[in-house]
Amino acid sequence: MSGEMTIAFKLNRRSVKIKADGERMLLWVLRDDLGLTGTKYGCGESQCGACTVVINGEAVRSCRVPLKSVAGKEVLTIEGLARGKALHPLQKALIRHGAIQCGFCTPGMILNAYSLLNRKPVPGPAEIREGMEGNLCRCGCYGRILEAIASAAEEMKTGRTR
Amino acid sequence: MPDRAWRNDAVAKVTGAARYTDDLKLPGLLHAVPVYSNFVHARIRTIRTGAAEAAEGVIRILTARDIPGANRHGQIRKDMPVLADDKIRYHGDVIAIVVARTRVQAVAAAALVEVVAEPLPAVLDPEEALRPDAVPVHEQHGSNLIHTHRVRRGDIERGFGESDFILEHDFQTQHVEHAYLETEAAVCLPRPDGVMEVRGSMQHPFSTRRFVAGTLGEPLANVEVVGTPLGGGFGGKDDTAALVCARAALAARLLGRPVKMTYDREWSMRESYKRHPYRVRYRMGVRRDGIIRAVHCRIVADGGAYCSVTPWVTWRSTVQCCGPYTVENVHCDTLGVYTNNVFTGAMRGFGSPQMNFVVEQMVEIAAEKLGMDAVEFRRLNMVQQDSLTITGQKLNQHRVAMGEALDRVREASSFEEKRKRCSHGSDEEEELYGIGLAMSYRGVSLGAEGADFTAATVNAQADGSILLDVGVHENGQGAESAMILVLARELGVRPDRIRLQRSSTATIPDSGTTVASRGTIMGGGAVVQAARELKRKIATTLSQRLGCPMEEIRFEGEAVHGRGQALPFAEAMAEMYKARVFPFAFGMFRAPEVSWDEETGQGDAYFTWVYGCQAVELTVNRRTGKVTLLGMTAAHDVGRAVNRPMVLGQFYGGMAMGAGYALQEEVRMEEGKIRNTNFHTYRILKADQLPDMQAVIIENPDPLSPSGAKSIGEPVNEIMAPAIANAIYNATGIRHFRIPILNPLSSESSAEDPPADRKEPS
Repeated sequence: MSGEMTIAFKLNRRSVKIKADGERMLLWVLRDDLGLTGTKYGCGESQCGACTVVINGEAVRSCRVPLKSVAGKEVLTIEGLARGKALHPLQKALIRHGAIQCGFCTPGMILNAYSLLNRKPVPGPAEIREGMEGNLCRCGCYGRILEAIASAAEEMKTGRTR
Repeated sequence: MPDRAWRNDAVAKVTGAARYTDDLKLPGLLHAVPVYSNFVHARIRTIRTGAAEAAEGVIRILTARDIPGANRHGQIRKDMPVLADDKIRYHGDVIAIVVARTRVQAVAAAALVEVVAEPLPAVLDPEEALRPDAVPVHEQHGSNLIHTHRVRRGDIERGFGESDFILEHDFQTQHVEHAYLETEAAVCLPRPDGVMEVRGSMQHPFSTRRFVAGTLGEPLANVEVVGTPLGGGFGGKDDTAALVCARAALAARLLGRPVKMTYDREWSMRESYKRHPYRVRYRMGVRRDGIIRAVHCRIVADGGAYCSVTPWVTWRSTVQCCGPYTVENVHCDTLGVYTNNVFTGAMRGFGSPQMNFVVEQMVEIAAEKLGMDAVEFRRLNMVQQDSLTITGQKLNQHRVAMGEALDRVREASSFEEKRKRCSHGSDEEEELYGIGLAMSYRGVSLGAEGADFTAATVNAQADGSILLDVGVHENGQGAESAMILVLARELGVRPDRIRLQRSSTATIPDSGTTVASRGTIMGGGAVVQAARELKRKIATTLSQRLGCPMEEIRFEGEAVHGRGQALPFAEAMAEMYKARVFPFAFGMFRAPEVSWDEETGQGDAYFTWVYGCQAVELTVNRRTGKVTLLGMTAAHDVGRAVNRPMVLGQFYGGMAMGAGYALQEEVRMEEGKIRNTNFHTYRILKADQLPDMQAVIIENPDPLSPSGAKSIGEPVNEIMAPAIANAIYNATGIRHFRIPILNPLSSESSAEDPPADRKEPS
């Protein structure tokens, strides 16, 4: 076990500095040390996507990301997506499309989609399907999650051109 | 009511604010983890805990000896230990728990606990387990036979005698993991008032309370189980989840501190119960005119190490052993068997997916032999209005919509037209095309399995806001939202006026478990009864104020209406308080009488039935065997759709889970040990494997259901496997008698020989 170190990074647009074992996985630091429990543990093997967060714009599986590797980076978790009470278009779209059941995959789904739309602002249905393939939903809500993402992308595009 | 999606927990779930069990933190919280052994069947001699006790951060190691109350639990037969004492009966038995300051410390110390045990021969095959000389899993039970069920109808010999041909086939199904995304978890708090407060990832708060109180040796009233958002259940968050709560509560009680116990995925898949694997020998006698004259079947279900709800699961299989067909001569024997495999219990479908996989292929095999259209063959034999089922129940209390479901799916999927395009194993195509369908009827709720009644309270406030409490649990399916919508409709108010109280075993009578697709019909029934009682109170109290007899008072459009005048709902509630009458009501719904005779297997098994049909289109690559799903269509009679978008959610999710069951899911056991305990080896279907799905909601409100609603969670999950098997047959010409169908090109398809391109990633 390596020793404690101080790691500074941006978390949900705020600077944070934590003293912790740099080898610990980001998932557990977020959940246990920082109280950000919206990021979920599903498998610990980066197989299910429930722990997805966004680091420097890219979706990553926080269960396999050592804390030390986020030093100096920008981390976004589900708690940082809405601005105050104003939900992000992806969040609104998931609600609108009835794409929520047990909700356990939802934060990871949203953040994976967020990163997808960063890369490709208006993806086609096949691109969305492919881009979301790594996030598991046992409630089987996939179809409506994909529709919601397409609809959010539309809304965000209109928002940008306005 | 709403065409738009409506859920009371939507915002919390998209913002990460929803607090699931493991998200809870309490001051002074300790962490508990389970300790397993490497034995499958063994007599325990000693459990050495010294080294673990000395490890950093460890507070205490608990074994069976520390349990103040009972160490045998179960909903039917009390045979499940909280912590193994005399024997280890399967690889997932927990022999101790380690409590430490942090979870990491607890996990490290768990590896230091040592079990000394005398290995016993493991009995892993249910047929072998039934032999008189088999090693007993539970000595005190006498044999490994958990129980039997039977159907004896008509004269089976005469039935076969009248048949022009007899078909006989053996079928086999697999262990299946629920794979809820949230693993088991519990947080237990010993309160200063003496109550043990339990929050857990479970779908049966009342059963959990029995497990916890029993373990602690305390009365039920000393335990309060509080509903907590659940990350998926699918029938799987019952017995194992309750045991996890009991262990955390044990530690919390003995240490006088709050304790959390959260499972790793590997522990969850190792220990939690699965869907029953079945072996079915099925003999069907058919007359030349297409009438099924006789069915003889023997069903053997592997119950694993503990009884759990095996007798109930297999009872449903027995009642539904001929699918939705009327057969005059039936002889069915069903056996539930103890083995040293992982135990098996409730899972979405509950004994019907296995039998539908059998029956819905048998009817196609029979039709083909007759040279008859399989749809016509089904039509000739299926239940109709006023039919007698194979258990002698007359279907005259509701609309029998079997034909309607079949026709709606045929139309919506263009079945007849597409059927002509099926490849039937043609040499000319690279991608072999097939479409297949399957149908079922399903008894609603518990039936003659058990006590079936639920409670609700409606508590309107002086400002017109409303508190609702119902004895059903939010498993993620949207139960809370459905209850709110049922009440809103009855009272003629907006749903946002209503707040569902966080459910607790301390505030509502034991209403049973939220399984068996009974949440909406049973919980909704209680809500309707409570609402009607509330309206009666309001009408009685305000009839003078509204200038009309109480019978004329109506509740609609956010107001209470009398003759020529109306009071807005909030004002009406204020008037109630002024009149010193609480606008509060209790309601209960007791399922109508059902009956069952164990000797003959005859009776009115369920008070109502759901009718459904599903079709699937797919291709099979003739060289690689890769199956590509092209489209799925489902039609089910839900009675009344309370929350349409959530009903659709059940349709889509059920079809997805059913497709995984048919094509790839299998818990792989090796000498009683599960080999695939995480998602890279236990593979559930992903977004890119699923096709577009069409859902046809049929609504024939059920006269015996106060809300009109029936069920949907399980019906949608129970017929996709045979629909896929039929489609694969129509594509390849190869019939599959076991699932999962890992290699559609081989009739010997089994877990041992997946084609090269579909092997697990290494």
